[in-house]
Amino acid sequence: MVSLTINGKTQQFDVPDDMPLLWLIRDFAHLTGTKFGCGMAQCGACTVHLDGSPLRACVTPVSAVAGKSITTIEGLSADASHPVQQAWAELDVVQCGYCQSGQIMSAVALLKAKPDPSDADIDAAMSGNICRCGTYQRVRAAVHRAAELSKA
Amino acid sequence: MTTDASRRQFLKTSGLAAGSLVVSFFIPAANRLARAEAAATAAFAPNAFLRIAADGGIRILLAHSEMGQGIWTALPMLIAEELDADWSRISVEHAPAAADYHAVGMPMQFTGGSMSTWTEFERYRKAGATARALLVQAAAQKFGVKPAACRTENGRVIAGDKSAAYGELVDAAAKLKPPKDVPLKDAKLWKLIGQPTKRLDTREKIDGSAKFGMDVQFDGLLTAVVARAPVFGATVKSFDDSAARQVAGVRDVKQVPSGVAVIADHFWAAKLGRDALRVEWDLGAFAGRNSDDIAAEFRKLATGEGPVASKAGDAATALAAAAKKIEADYSLPYLAHAPMEPLNCSVKIEADSCEIWTGTQFQTLDQASAARVTGLKPEQVKIHTMFLGGGFGRRATPTSDFVVEAVEVAKAAGKPVKTVWTREDDIRGGYYRPAFVHNAIIGLDAQGRLAAWQHRIVGQSILGGSPFQMMIKDGIDTTSVEGVADSPYIKDLPHHRVDLHSPALPVPVLWLRSVGHSHTGFVMESLIDELAHATGKDPLEFRRGLLAEHKRHLGVLNLAAEKSGWGTPPAQGRARGIAVHESFGSYAAQVAEISLQNGAIRVHKVTCAIDCGIAVNPAGIAAQMESGVVFGLSAALFGQINFKDGRVQESNYHDYRVLRMNQMPQIEVHIVPSTDKPGGIGEVGVPPVAAALGNALFALTGQRQRQLPLRVTA
Repeated sequence: MVSLTINGKTQQFDVPDDMPLLWLIRDFAHLTGTKFGCGMAQCGACTVHLDGSPLRACVTPVSAVAGKSITTIEGLSADASHPVQQAWAELDVVQCGYCQSGQIMSAVALLKAKPDPSDADIDAAMSGNICRCGTYQRVRAAVHRAAELSKA
Repeated sequence: MTTDASRRQFLKTSGLAAGSLVVSFFIPAANRLARAEAAATAAFAPNAFLRIAADGGIRILLAHSEMGQGIWTALPMLIAEELDADWSRISVEHAPAAADYHAVGMPMQFTGGSMSTWTEFERYRKAGATARALLVQAAAQKFGVKPAACRTENGRVIAGDKSAAYGELVDAAAKLKPPKDVPLKDAKLWKLIGQPTKRLDTREKIDGSAKFGMDVQFDGLLTAVVARAPVFGATVKSFDDSAARQVAGVRDVKQVPSGVAVIADHFWAAKLGRDALRVEWDLGAFAGRNSDDIAAEFRKLATGEGPVASKAGDAATALAAAAKKIEADYSLPYLAHAPMEPLNCSVKIEADSCEIWTGTQFQTLDQASAARVTGLKPEQVKIHTMFLGGGFGRRATPTSDFVVEAVEVAKAAGKPVKTVWTREDDIRGGYYRPAFVHNAIIGLDAQGRLAAWQHRIVGQSILGGSPFQMMIKDGIDTTSVEGVADSPYIKDLPHHRVDLHSPALPVPVLWLRSVGHSHTGFVMESLIDELAHATGKDPLEFRRGLLAEHKRHLGVLNLAAEKSGWGTPPAQGRARGIAVHESFGSYAAQVAEISLQNGAIRVHKVTCAIDCGIAVNPAGIAAQMESGVVFGLSAALFGQINFKDGRVQESNYHDYRVLRMNQMPQIEVHIVPSTDKPGGIGEVGVPPVAAALGNALFALTGQRQRQLPLRVTA
């Protein structure tokens, strides 16, 4: 049994220690906003927060996060009102949408660490998140916009 | 997919149409419950494409699949325009698989060929206009006035000082007989069409609630991971599942036609079970093949004549008489689509029904295939189209490969099963854009003008051996030659000949975003650049001369040139390349500005001009151009699938690379104002990119790269 707090709710899960956190989140906690894209920390679709820092859930064994606090896209806000979500909506970022939970979680973590990121900061923080639809230009603009919204 | 004419021809003759189906609504998740209920209780359903509820909510049913291309927004715009709807009251769902939603004039429901908006331009507007006419009639009766005295605005019918919301009229409107041949608005009166309009699927895609096929979960649904052949054409000789069955959570192991399925309570158990599975394969003949020898075989074929795709005059004689000849060989690798959402399909089979939840571009074929596997009738197969986490053609397989396999697994398991592909399964699983070799010999006269063009193309046929086989005429699969055989540069010449060789290999091949244009755009626009330089002309001026009679090509070419600053010197260390290509009824020109950084290509900016006729949603068009450019850049800079001893060498995003944020250029999109009929959008941005990039590289370094991905030599 592993005890884990996800989006503020502490639960016990009967899963093997070496199971990646991603599958606990998706198949046991039934939170499907966090996506499976590559299984080897190459695409960032599975990005969640561990105590506020970004984490690739697909390569993180549940044993490494036992007793800790995880936030998924579902826990970011109750009504898509987080400044990053607002900026994403304002700039019409999404296309197929599959990678966007991960993009948003990476962007939120970036803005927490650097409230006013430069383009180079965005490159460094967001290059681990692949978008096959090619929304990068809008992701970049939306990160800058979210920084403004956060200040307001 | 391929040209409209050949597609229609196929669809007329194929007999693949499924019967009429019972319309059903699926409620995929609790958070959609409220909206779905609103649709189910709708009082007014004037046709298959919209429902209006008593509370005024308008539900649009999409005959096409949303895979990022923005059809979830563009098609509702067409209805809302004619309906004079309150845009804020619109919600959308994928239609069930049913005859009502077959593509216009075709016996098949599908999404592809950049066709959704232009093929639905009339049908969806008519659906809105018909509903409006009925609401007006109901209001006229209620108000005691003539319909002609009524106007509509923002979800209300208004006559003098009387006014009623659409929701108040639905009961009465539902009792009226829909009129035929309702007139459509004059384009001058459009309020929505042509306005940049934000996507309607944003909310659920930024809060994690959007349901993709991968997200389907219900009680009793097991998960399967399949061990597939390591070499295309290989078959299972034997397997030992004892260790797999020891994995906690593994429920069953079953052999299916495509391999061996490990069926478990959840993905991780299924995956560990597959890791523990020992399968002995009969590898077959392809185990002896490597990328190099395949390319050599293709190059050899290119030295001889083949079936003729396009011909005029006598190219051979004209070439012999040419003052100057340029010969070039181009080669392009196999490419995987690699959509972000790995393939998956959930299947529940019962005595008299089969339910399928998946992201698919080919509902009707999937339905027919599932019927064949289960022994049910097509109308007993219900397809729930989920959001597609990218398609790019991979979710439009004529064989319904991932759906058929999932149905086989569920049938073998005797329980509902979701079959999930890993990324490695996706990259190594085939259905690639075929590899191609081109050989071109182009003759110039003494004045440096084009005189003759001989072009040979070698690559596997997408249609050959598929249910679309009958579209091949006289040995020509048009998806292999589109962009060359119909190129204005070639067609305008009195002496030309385009030949095609379609070697058979066991590698499953498929259309990838922009299909034939994904290779012909690169080859043609690189060749034209070679010719410009060979004749000492500016690449833009050279194209202007050749395309003088092709106004729409010229329009985008000039716009892209102007906006990119073509003719002005770029910054130190940078160079520009230009390309223009027609595909899917639209025209795109692009200028790429690049430099070299640490010996690699750095793309700074891509300026894109697009003429797609009437621009239904300019915001969506800009997004699709950006998307197409990025897709094309990934192929130009990185994309390649290689074989060694018949095994695919790439496996995941670390070695099948795609563009990332730190490599992203600025992309600027300019739309040509037009009143021409709408053309395609989803694929049109892809074809010119690689050539624009290669041409910029030549301008910068003098190196002409005749293969993709582009290489920079020291």
